[in-house]
Amino acid sequence: MMNTFFISIALILCVALLIPFYRVYRGPSVFDRLLGAAAVGAKTLTLILLFGLLFDRLDMFIDISMGYAILNFVGVIAMGKYFRRKERERVAK
Amino acid sequence: MTLQDGLTVLLVLGGTFFMLIGSIGINRLPDFFTRAHASGKVDTLGILMFLSGLAVYEGISMNAAKLLLIIAFVAVTSPVASHQLARRALLFGLKPWYGRDSGRRR
Repeated sequence: MMNTFFISIALILCVALLIPFYRVYRGPSVFDRLLGAAAVGAKTLTLILLFGLLFDRLDMFIDISMGYAILNFVGVIAMGKYFRRKERERVAK
Repeated sequence: MTLQDGLTVLLVLGGTFFMLIGSIGINRLPDFFTRAHASGKVDTLGILMFLSGLAVYEGISMNAAKLLLIIAFVAVTSPVASHQLARRALLFGLKPWYGRDSGRRR
């Protein structure tokens, strides 16, 4: 019974994961795309944990999702470092 | 259904609801900064509720301890990431949204 509950939750999460892809596809600025990508990554983290629970291998999938959380954070921080006003002016000149 | 399962269902359903609301907010809000607010607060609450629900389902074990570690990490880093994105956008020169008819006045 808990298995059917977790499968239905996984379906709802897939819908919630597909919605921010629209923002990634047509964000007006680069930051909108980065925000949408970060939201997709955060939902993927929970979906990986749910799959681990369904496959009875939660001890392995927890480590994967831990690495995924760290990669998501470092990716957003590192990408945000690149877009500054100075950089834009230097490109425009 | 035991108390543990009931608490798990409650927390996981709440977390999924908040994550869905956060996704809709990222699509529907008018401005980058309002979208960053939707992603930074609502999504974080949803993930924290979801992970604590899974930790309750696991009981007292090594997996629950690791899940608490992920909860602590996400609670620190997710608002930091969206705050940093919003700050970079402000320094980059994105204009905030001042209301529905701000285009006519300014």
